[in-house]
Amino acid sequence: MMMHAMRQSPSTLFDKLWSTHEITRREDGAALLFVDRHFVHEGSFHGFSQMKGRGRKVAEPSLTFGVADHYVPTHDRDKPIANPEIAEMVRKLEQNTADNGVTLFGLRDPRQGIVHVVGPEQGLTLPGLLIVCGDSHTSTHGAFGTYAFGIGASEVAHVLMTQTLWQKKPKRMRITVDGRTTAGIAAKDIALSIIAGIHADGAQGHAIEYAGSAIRALSMEGRLTLCNLSIEAGGRCGMVAPDATTFAYLKGRPYAPQGALFERAVEDWSRLCSDTDAEFDREVTLDAAAIVPVVTWGTTPDDALPIDGLVPDPSREADEARASYIRDALDYMAIRPGMRLTDIAIDRVFIGSCTNARIEDLRAAAAVLAGRTSKVPGLVSPGSSLVKQQAEQEGLDRIFTDAGLEWAESGCSMCVGINGDLVPEGERCASTTNRNFKGRQGRGARTHLMSPAMVAAAAVSGHLADVRPLLAGRKV
Amino acid sequence: MEKFDRLTARACPLPQPNINTDAILPARFLKWPREKGLGSVLFQDLRVGADGKEDPAFPLNQPMWHGAKVLVAGRNFGGGSSREAAVYAVYDYGFRCVIAPSFGDIFAQNAVKNGLLTAAVSDADASEIAAAVTADPARDVTVDLAQQTISCGNRVYGFAIDPVSKNQLLNGWDDVDLTESYRQQIEDYRKVDLQARPWAPIGRR
Repeated sequence: MMMHAMRQSPSTLFDKLWSTHEITRREDGAALLFVDRHFVHEGSFHGFSQMKGRGRKVAEPSLTFGVADHYVPTHDRDKPIANPEIAEMVRKLEQNTADNGVTLFGLRDPRQGIVHVVGPEQGLTLPGLLIVCGDSHTSTHGAFGTYAFGIGASEVAHVLMTQTLWQKKPKRMRITVDGRTTAGIAAKDIALSIIAGIHADGAQGHAIEYAGSAIRALSMEGRLTLCNLSIEAGGRCGMVAPDATTFAYLKGRPYAPQGALFERAVEDWSRLCSDTDAEFDREVTLDAAAIVPVVTWGTTPDDALPIDGLVPDPSREADEARASYIRDALDYMAIRPGMRLTDIAIDRVFIGSCTNARIEDLRAAAAVLAGRTSKVPGLVSPGSSLVKQQAEQEGLDRIFTDAGLEWAESGCSMCVGINGDLVPEGERCASTTNRNFKGRQGRGARTHLMSPAMVAAAAVSGHLADVRPLLAGRKV
Repeated sequence: MEKFDRLTARACPLPQPNINTDAILPARFLKWPREKGLGSVLFQDLRVGADGKEDPAFPLNQPMWHGAKVLVAGRNFGGGSSREAAVYAVYDYGFRCVIAPSFGDIFAQNAVKNGLLTAAVSDADASEIAAAVTADPARDVTVDLAQQTISCGNRVYGFAIDPVSKNQLLNGWDDVDLTESYRQQIEDYRKVDLQARPWAPIGRR
């Protein structure tokens, strides 16, 4: 009996993405979701092993894409990989994808790069899709209004075999950043400021939607950086509603829909936004104008402070557990309480990773480095081989090498260090990456996270430094 | 997957917050196949110093906690990467339950798939349990999943776990077999979805 027409309750962008993918829902609340794209990399071998153990093959090879990034060398690509264990990791990915008819952007493919750079670049990442990958930074793809999240090996195996995944629905969090950021502020500064504010576990169990005029003003590259770092706030995923910036980026990409189908898609994608009265489980707001360049001082990404700040002093900390954490972090980082962040001398720099190695990131770093010399050695690894090519066309590679930095091939490289690109023990690195965990860039390595422009500022200064004065009179 | 219902065992305290997946299993061990067993390198860089010597102060290196099956950790245990091998390391070492105030989402999800219980308690309860087992290492704790309780001495603590994970651990469900039973629904979904989102499948190269 129809009483009266129920007005559909307002829903969030995330609710819309979730319901589009729901195949069925169990009584306990778990839903079976359809997976539109599945990216695999060298580290996905556990998932392939589980699948093979059951005598199975990849169910949907056309929706599965392999990318060689985690273990690939960034030097001497024309020669065989010297380390046999690393060579074996790359070979296993080639074998697993070939055996299952899965397209691979392999070591020598001109489109090779970091999976979270390649997906968007190739138009594989589209608004409204559900994307998974056995990598926590899969949240990156949310920049397109995509439900994208990292999964473990058992889930990789499940997706390989069924193209679906059982999930419980996360809560919804909106982070609104309104206003205009000032000159020299990058998406990385916005993201680290958010993480410092809500902490490394602040978004646990939540799907984040980034909203507000400062987010709208970000390029796709900036949105990708922001969504990438959602996991460093503990978020299951992060997303930005698609708009004209998104559609312009996607038009003509190799795997994106073309012609009339693209027009139809844009029509559908335009509806992918949170309804005006939609409710969120948690709301956080930030004033864009108040955001300044930030760096991390400790061993979790929420240890981020404005560059003009001081290293925290545990003796001024009322909470003993917090004080104990600070002491441990300062001991590992070999810095003193109360010292100026700008007095922290660095040993090297790294510009790379799925967080900050897109063309815009390289341009921002190059704008600071042009005509200057780095006081420390450093490595620049572009986000993809196509980004590398474009940067070379723009002459950015010369700016980096003229400054004394090394210009390398694309891969995860020194962000996770498993391809052999390591920060030597005890050295301090200003890095555009995502994790300053103990030992992340190598055993005993000390990492300070910051934007590409801030890494460039640290390079030319020899210590952590505010990029803003270095931008005076420069076109950025 | 091994079921989890009830466990009585020794509990090892590791109360620092933010023990991330890099600390649980450093990335250089990610190449190891599962068959090799990852328990021997669990917390490797916390357990063993740069000089290659074990840190005698680290709880897992202390004889009284050898054989512990429960780990009592701090806030945000397992934050960071999606590496399921971090769960393999915890499990292969012999742990079957981690008690902590909160867990990294992906770690917790991976744990369930491997029969490892992540029991979320309040900060105060985690500290109290850690203190109790530190004071009396030989004291066993009992973790009851159906009741969602942890008994430690004469205290009983409640713990939180979402109903989906609880179901899976209690039943030892195999996800893939379960999903296969929905094959028809998946086919039906795809037919309808293709009409609704004709742009979603892969376009031309």
